[in-house]
Amino acid sequence: MKIHEYQAKELFKKYKISIPDGDIALTPDEAKKIACKIGDCPIVIKGQIHAGGRGKGGGIKLAKTMEEVESIAKRILGMLLITHQTGPKGKIVKKVLVEKSLKIEKELYLSIIPDRATAKIVIIASKAGGMDIEKLAANQPGKIIKIHIDPLLGIQPFHCRQAAFGLKLSPYSTRQFTSTLINLYRLFVDYDCTLVEINPLAITADENVVAIDAKINFDDNALFRHKDILEYRDIDEEEPLEVEASKFNLNYIKLSGNVGNMVNGAGLAMATMDLIKLYGAEPANFLDVGGGANAEMVENGFRIILSDKNVKAILINIFGGILRCDLLAKGVVQAADKAGIKIPVVIRMEGTNVEEGRRILSESSFNFTIAADLKEAVQAVTQLVK
Amino acid sequence: MSIFVDKNTRLLVQGITGQDGRFHTQKCIAYGTNVVAGVTPGKGGQKMDDVPVFNTVKEAMENTGANCSMIFVPPAFAADAILEAVEAEIELIVAITEGLPLMDMVKVKNYMKNTKSRLIGLNCPGIITPGQCRVGIMPGHIHKQGGPIGIVSRSGTLTYEVVNQLTLHKIGQTTCIGIGGDPINGTNFIDCLDAFEKDPDTEGIVMVGEIGGSAEEEASEFIKKHVTKKVVGFIAGLTAPPGRRMGHAGAIISGSCGTAQAKIAAMKESGIYVCEDLGSFGKMCAEVF
Repeated sequence: MKIHEYQAKELFKKYKISIPDGDIALTPDEAKKIACKIGDCPIVIKGQIHAGGRGKGGGIKLAKTMEEVESIAKRILGMLLITHQTGPKGKIVKKVLVEKSLKIEKELYLSIIPDRATAKIVIIASKAGGMDIEKLAANQPGKIIKIHIDPLLGIQPFHCRQAAFGLKLSPYSTRQFTSTLINLYRLFVDYDCTLVEINPLAITADENVVAIDAKINFDDNALFRHKDILEYRDIDEEEPLEVEASKFNLNYIKLSGNVGNMVNGAGLAMATMDLIKLYGAEPANFLDVGGGANAEMVENGFRIILSDKNVKAILINIFGGILRCDLLAKGVVQAADKAGIKIPVVIRMEGTNVEEGRRILSESSFNFTIAADLKEAVQAVTQLVK
Repeated sequence: MSIFVDKNTRLLVQGITGQDGRFHTQKCIAYGTNVVAGVTPGKGGQKMDDVPVFNTVKEAMENTGANCSMIFVPPAFAADAILEAVEAEIELIVAITEGLPLMDMVKVKNYMKNTKSRLIGLNCPGIITPGQCRVGIMPGHIHKQGGPIGIVSRSGTLTYEVVNQLTLHKIGQTTCIGIGGDPINGTNFIDCLDAFEKDPDTEGIVMVGEIGGSAEEEASEFIKKHVTKKVVGFIAGLTAPPGRRMGHAGAIISGSCGTAQAKIAAMKESGIYVCEDLGSFGKMCAEVF
């Protein structure tokens, strides 16, 4: 799960990680009031959306006077912010973070992530703050400091010194940096994060260490033990169809093609999408109805797929194994009836009582295409949309 | 022969009294697996379909000689169940549970480094040696016993598809292992490839991967250096959009890392026969093996 910068900064505050003075505003008037409270200019106004590249997209602006704060906030609030991460559709800005702009001496990069290959927790730091870390890693890997931490041991002072010396910080900044890093690590572990990133982490003119930006991603599997984080969820940032699907425990991701598809199991669902493409069509979605597909899930799946008006045909691919195909077939017929299916549907299913299942489908009032295997199914559905 | 499980496997089931645990235990028994015990804290002394239930793994092992545990415990308690089995020094743990918090797995994985147990999973269909032992939730009947192909996969139903096509082409399997769809798993591709390479009855290997992480790239490197047997590979997720989690917790392209294209390139570079048309997987295996 992703959260906004201002929410991440609330957590930073809780963990005593320094952030600039500021607050969140929903209106230009509120923005002005926050600016007055901060007291002196310049003030930075930052549009809040779940995507990077906000500055380049025009979503972050500096106000040199108090009058400018209101006019800039007015411009950013409600704007359609398009960045390399939002895609061409962009996101509407509904909130702005109004903050004191600091005199920055140095911009650093600091993040913590889990490492899949070693099962350790990794601290990544660099003197080249403010840059795209992926590009930096690819072009100048020598500029990146990586420190692997054994999760059973946790972060130690020497880890922090290793990072601070690598960043060539002054003794005063080193002490501040160490407490920032230790607190950030605690936050990462306490909240089951999959990413905490500060880019840039500023060393100010008076040598203080301040988080100018804040990004936190959480492990969806661990949200059950972080009810407070669930309150940070912003439905506006998500695709409406995907939100709808998640209510039924369906894994749905909208894509741009016209072949709707419903598959049990994530790996087979991806492979089915790939095969649709290989045979010359484009998948409209990824939809995993789970290992044990049932009638209710199929019905909800139909509804979600049909809400996408690009869909011209649907492929159902269920490798049930021990799943009873006769029950599934009855479910598909009922679901098609309830969902009012009018476009062609190709069905491939495997499991016990498969013959009976196929009979139920072929004797139904719907003109289903019943495929014997995966190849035949995907060939049939791609032909239908050509 | 086979790897990790066979007719000598004595299975205990942690979470045997839950709905899924009970259902799949019955299926394992029906397949011929020697299920010797169940563990559900607080239900010790009861029986579940003739299988004695114990309060702790240690007690179950002492009383029944169980050497393998299958775990159906819900995600919030799964790490604890695994650690209990590890402390009891059981040889093999097969964890089916989906949805374990990553930080729990990070701790389990590091803790297990110097212990005697092997963990398969989590978020996996389990492991089967056709005709001998089924530890998991896969449909037994699609498998063909007697080998000569070993299968290792990150997926569930995609593995069934592959196995089914092999069986339809009269190609049997020595052992089929689902290593799971999470970002960090107990047993990885390399562990399985190494075991298959050493298993005299396995003549060829099928490896099914997907987007996310770099396990396939590392496995390809291993194959190039240490595997003499032929390997047929498949990667799911060529059409997956970057930055999106595709069902499995581990199936995500982060930036430029973890793409299907990169994995396929690494596999080809290592001499793996990469299948690009899943619809013809069995046919291709019949030609290669």
